[in-house]
Amino acid sequence: MFSRRDDPRAICRFIFEGQPLEAKAGDSVAAALLAAGITQFRTTPATGAPRGPWCLMGVCFDCLVDIDGQANRQACQVTVAEGMAVRRMYGPRP
Amino acid sequence: MTHDCVIVGAGPAGMAAASLLARHGADVVVLDEQPAPGGQIWRGIEAADAGLRAVLGGEYAAGAAAVAEFRASGASYRPGQSVWNITPELDVWTTPADGAGHLRGRTVLLAVGAMERPVPIPGWTLPGAMGAGGVQILLKSANLLPQGLVLAGQGPLLYQLATQCIAAGAPPAAILDAARPADVWPALRLLRPAALPYLHKGLLLQGTIRAAGIPWYRGVTRLRLLGGDAVAGVRFHSGGQDTEIAANLVALHDGVIPAQHAARVAGCTHRWDAAQACFHPVLDAWGSATVPGLLVAGDAGGIGGAAAAVHQGRIAAADILRRLGRLDEAGRDRLAAADRRALARHLAIRPFLDRRYRPIALVPDDSVTVCRCEEVTAADLRAAVAMGCQGPNQAKSFTRAGMGPCQGRMCGTTVTTVLAAALGRPPGDVGHARVRPPLKPITVGELAEAT
Ligand code: FES
Repeated sequence: MFSRRDDPRAICRFIFEGQPLEAKAGDSVAAALLAAGITQFRTTPATGAPRGPWCLMGVCFDCLVDIDGQANRQACQVTVAEGMAVRRMYGPRP
Repeated sequence: MTHDCVIVGAGPAGMAAASLLARHGADVVVLDEQPAPGGQIWRGIEAADAGLRAVLGGEYAAGAAAVAEFRASGASYRPGQSVWNITPELDVWTTPADGAGHLRGRTVLLAVGAMERPVPIPGWTLPGAMGAGGVQILLKSANLLPQGLVLAGQGPLLYQLATQCIAAGAPPAAILDAARPADVWPALRLLRPAALPYLHKGLLLQGTIRAAGIPWYRGVTRLRLLGGDAVAGVRFHSGGQDTEIAANLVALHDGVIPAQHAARVAGCTHRWDAAQACFHPVLDAWGSATVPGLLVAGDAGGIGGAAAAVHQGRIAAADILRRLGRLDEAGRDRLAAADRRALARHLAIRPFLDRRYRPIALVPDDSVTVCRCEEVTAADLRAAVAMGCQGPNQAKSFTRAGMGPCQGRMCGTTVTTVLAAALGRPPGDVGHARVRPPLKPITVGELAEAT
């Protein structure tokens, strides 16, 4: 899906759904997940349909994930950090 | 504390305005959502190495000088700040509210740029479908190269992204070009001499794509993304036949539109621009909106592109200096004269582009999702009209369209155009849904502080 151009940024390790993943320091959480081949970030509250990031610039809110226990964070607007725990969010609404 | 000017957005327009204001001694604060200056067009420019700058091209590399000038200007720059409310009194509220959650400006300049026009076609909500601008942001900000990318839709950005991917050694798998062949001649008639450099650049991009031998389908219609849990392919009609190709990454594009929410929440009057098929705030020649003391510059005021945005930012700044008493009218006019000439040059290509790339998905078929957040289809909106719904505000209560977390950013324009077509009224009469604060999710604490 995506490959990486070589760049000198340091490796940064985070956790997605309990599994360790590697990112580059400075990546957004969305970029880090996409680089790891993950396109589905959540399912929708209305029908449970799968969703992933669309705009990567904070407009669409389709990239919402749980970060360190905080729900509804925009993965494209949060910079990945060492040890960060990221989870998918699952609809439908209770 | 009241500042001479609060600027929202550190892209081409915001940085140019801030640099000029600060150089004239004004106390200016720039709020921006991103961690570094440049906006989306020059996203990641300070971190980009020489190789990435070469891949992205000269217009991107030119951002380095603009950012350096901005950094050195003395303007107070606050990255990582989301503006969640702007009042008609020019109070600006931001989150996170780390000690500076509330500012007031004698003037406020909105330089919040553009967003990609939504491309409501069947399957556009599937994971693996992204805006072409989004894919480009991944390249600029994270060095991610799309593999096996299918580009679908139309507009200059589609060609630009294709050539950047080629330069980076990751050529796209195919281009599904939905620009209408029948629009070529009507568009060419709108070409002015000053637009020829832009036209030349566009032809060079297209030549690069052709030389790379990328399958390039023209006159594409009936675009549809296929897949269950994620994109698996694309089906489309071109050259008199239906074609299906496998793909798990599709970048859609149908041009860009102004980001309207900040101007709307402040109470600015908007109008429907038929040529650009979008709303933009009503502005005078200096960028002043209908809310006193509030100005808009760059693509947020109407799509003109990054080069135009720089001059619009400086023109607005010149008038802000007059408002602050630092220049008289004659001084303002002198300061802005060269920018006005340059602006006219950069805008000369717009009538051609607007006509050549008229949007392809303004009024989608029944089954297509219009509001991605609440999963409201075009059929749902038409059913609401059949039940008496007269406009976007009523459509919220009929269908929940526009009531999800993106607050109608992604569906607002399409809701208007679908309702307008169903009601048989012009989009400008139907209007846009009211925008209310908070523009971004905020904590209870931040809300408490604000009330
Ligand atoms: S991808 Fe659109 S808000 Fe994050």
